[in-house]
Amino acid sequence: MMLDVQGLRTGYGRIPILNGISFAVGEGEFVGILGHNGMGKTTLLRALMGFLPATGGSVQFAGTDVTALEPYRRARLGLGYVPQGRDIFPGLSVQDNLRMGCSKQPGSSETETIETVLDEFPRLKTLLDRPGSALSGGEQQLLAIARCLCGKPRLILLDEPTEGIQPSIIDEIVETLLRLRDSSGLTMILVEQNLDFIAALSQRILMIQKGRITQEVKPDNLHNASLIGEFIGITA
Amino acid sequence: MDLVALLAIQVLYAIASLALISVGLAIIFGMMRVINLAHGEFLMLGGYAAIVATSHGISIWLSMLVVAPIVVGIIGVVVERTIIRFLYGRMIDTMLATWGLSLLLVGLTTAIFGNTTVGISAPLGSIQIGAYRTSAYTLFVIAVAVVTLGAIFAVMRWTRLGLIARGTMQNANMAAALGVNPPRVYAVTFGVGAALSGLAGAVLAPVSGVFPTIGVAYVAKSFITVIGGGAAILSGTVSASALFGAINQIATFVTTPVFGEVALLAAAIVLIRLLPQGITGRFFRRGL
Repeated sequence: MMLDVQGLRTGYGRIPILNGISFAVGEGEFVGILGHNGMGKTTLLRALMGFLPATGGSVQFAGTDVTALEPYRRARLGLGYVPQGRDIFPGLSVQDNLRMGCSKQPGSSETETIETVLDEFPRLKTLLDRPGSALSGGEQQLLAIARCLCGKPRLILLDEPTEGIQPSIIDEIVETLLRLRDSSGLTMILVEQNLDFIAALSQRILMIQKGRITQEVKPDNLHNASLIGEFIGITA
Repeated sequence: MDLVALLAIQVLYAIASLALISVGLAIIFGMMRVINLAHGEFLMLGGYAAIVATSHGISIWLSMLVVAPIVVGIIGVVVERTIIRFLYGRMIDTMLATWGLSLLLVGLTTAIFGNTTVGISAPLGSIQIGAYRTSAYTLFVIAVAVVTLGAIFAVMRWTRLGLIARGTMQNANMAAALGVNPPRVYAVTFGVGAALSGLAGAVLAPVSGVFPTIGVAYVAKSFITVIGGGAAILSGTVSASALFGAINQIATFVTTPVFGEVALLAAAIVLIRLLPQGITGRFFRRGL
């Protein structure tokens, strides 16, 4: 198993958000997490990355117990994170944002890594000198994913990449991620509210409700509107 | 003509010394948002480190340019690890803690070295400019300031260390998600800021002498320069030092040194009234 989460609990201060989440992700799998606002999707990813302390349960990543590890240690073990809102470094150029992505392997072939990653994201090649803050939302999203890939992650946590982004770039992201899955055996956990996007990328989809995983569905079933409405209250 | 050259050197010296005493504070405040009220004492410790090293037979250049920054840099890292790191994001608490640290350091140095001014004579003698003579050491201080600022720029702009520092200061959580260890970056940054303060204190020691409370004389000017400069560390420090240093020295030349100080403070008040975000809040925004 690439990731094995058992009974994970966490919250903000005394307010519990996750009430015992259990699921596992195999190597090379793309797993979607679906749920409407406030159900704990982003909290789950933040807890997996180590930004929120686990108050119960455990997280195993590639055979290592990471439950109590700091975020940077999880990153060095191969966990990649593309946060909601992208968190591009606004004052750094696109090139420097990518170089930050190479922080895990200092001294190693940084230029080479960045070049390989840029081959997957041709749109970024013309923007290398721009400051991160000058990019459009879609370009920032591509940059956030590219920056994450510079760290050569084994598992990517991807949080709402389609939020506020033009459809042409959404298609580009889908194609790129599918290509990467086939070519480099990447594993991914995707949190999303865009049903088409999550259906296009995920092999199975977990429904999250009130801090628990309540149901697992196949992407095909996502087009069954009544099922969706019943479980998460979004209409397709 | 000679007088103009002399005045120009004095203005440059005023700018250089302001930039030197401020740049360590600018790094600590600008990058880490820590208001270090013990900044003046870091400068004072740099002066003592140089004097003690010189009196133990180490060459004065080595004492000022190597020993003092290393000693104060190490003190800085210890201070960060034992006090500051528990207080990130708590500005008032940090101010109280560093103020306490400042009093402690003044007390300790008074106990060790006594409440007297110690000095080292400035090396290099004097140079002739037409009908006037000026200390060659003045030119050395200007050179140190230029080299120091140039080195900071180079490190920030072109090295991995500088990149990681800038990225971490912009978004520490995201940097951590990419594998950077933010607490280590903070400790190193604080240490570098302290080391630069130690360097400044040591280089200015032959000019001003050193006594335990000399920090008080430095700290206000440093803060005025850093606040006047605004968010960008280097361009802020340079532009504010240039403005305040020139005003101070020209007013001193026209009237007296006391009025020079008054002019500097008045200029600072006007500047902050007109540009509340400091000079780089409006100009040179994209600078380092």
